[in-house]
Amino acid sequence: MSAENKEAPSATDYILHHLTFGKIHLGKTSEETQVPEGAKAEHKGNFHLDTFSVAMVLGLLFVGLFAMVARKATPGVPGKLQNFVELIVEMVDKQVKETFHGKSKVIGPLSLTIFCWVFLMNAMDFLPVDLLPTIAQWIGYTFFGADPHHVYLRVVPTADVNQTFAMSLTVVLFIIGFSIKAKGLGGWIKELFTAPFHAESTGMKIALLIPNFLMQMVELIAKPISLSLRLFGNMYAGELIFILIALLPWWINWTLGAPWAIFHILVVTLQAFVFMMLTIVYLSLAVEDH
Amino acid sequence: MEFNWTLVGQMISFGLLILFTMKFVWPPLTQMMEERAKRIADGLASADRAKQDLANAEKASADKLREAKQQAAEIIAQAEKRAAQLVEEAKDNAKAEGERLLAGAQAEVDQQVHQAKESLRQQVADLALAGAEKILRSEIDANKHGQLLASIKAEL
Repeated sequence: MSAENKEAPSATDYILHHLTFGKIHLGKTSEETQVPEGAKAEHKGNFHLDTFSVAMVLGLLFVGLFAMVARKATPGVPGKLQNFVELIVEMVDKQVKETFHGKSKVIGPLSLTIFCWVFLMNAMDFLPVDLLPTIAQWIGYTFFGADPHHVYLRVVPTADVNQTFAMSLTVVLFIIGFSIKAKGLGGWIKELFTAPFHAESTGMKIALLIPNFLMQMVELIAKPISLSLRLFGNMYAGELIFILIALLPWWINWTLGAPWAIFHILVVTLQAFVFMMLTIVYLSLAVEDH
Repeated sequence: MEFNWTLVGQMISFGLLILFTMKFVWPPLTQMMEERAKRIADGLASADRAKQDLANAEKASADKLREAKQQAAEIIAQAEKRAAQLVEEAKDNAKAEGERLLAGAQAEVDQQVHQAKESLRQQVADLALAGAEKILRSEIDANKHGQLLASIKAEL
């Protein structure tokens, strides 16, 4: 199972190799999937090609499948694929309607996208940890003449903080947008300073401006961090354990691999659901008056 | 953990996916599902309506049947009454006719009896006269006793 290279790398090398992103450095060189050693100081300009491309393929898979079904959807007797898609859409729609009481054209599609995309990205964990990296190494070696040791591929985009933060920050933008739309720009700014602590007298109101604002900022910052770190932590830990299991001898591998994979089905689905659910909750809080 | 341009790239990807879902996935699917829900609701409503209609129709047909039975019974009763009446009339007519015929016959019989009596009287008178004539011819003058004979004849 493990990548048995000619030099027989140590366990540490193996793990590190699996935890290194395939990236390019924007602005300087566009050499594919190359990482210079000790490039830590410059990683501001890095771009994770693996996260981007896997996420993009899965995203296109999701929208492609759903759009295809939506195009052929019939209100009559649905086919099996349509049934499956409807099941997901209905589940998301139900959650949205139960929690979010405003009117919005965005929240449904947003929740559906989050659930399906995160689920698919999480589900990449179920592929054997060496399958895609080995293929990538072979392609890199055969077609691009790259050293296999320097071909990196991490297949779980949600185990990349950039991915999870990208999603949670987008959600924060939506939270702010929903707030402004529901209360107006003035109303939103006013609320930043007058909630959660309310006061009757003017003096107290002024005194509470700063604490209120600090509380609001904590709330606003805590949301994306908790949202993204929860997903990232779960998926990163899951991936790491899969890598560790892959280090075992092949004949004992399944005793840990199978139970962990089965348990991970729960984690994968649950994390996708939690991300979606919390997004809906945050957005419904955003449109409510305090 | 390192933050880099991937963050921005994935935000753009995410935004595009949301946009695409908003445009091409969510509206047609939810619309279609709503339409189906409406169709099913309509179907159920029309089934209920049909059931109601059926119940109404059954009730109406039962009413009609009862009415028709009642009418039929009335007609039969009327017919029976009329038949009885006709029979009664016929009976009466027959009785009257019979009586009339009987009376006619009686009258004829009486008349014939009377006639027979008359002719018998005549014949008896004639015979008596003839007998008397034969007797008297020998001993009585017809002129002498003619008055007496006429009074006898009248008494017969």
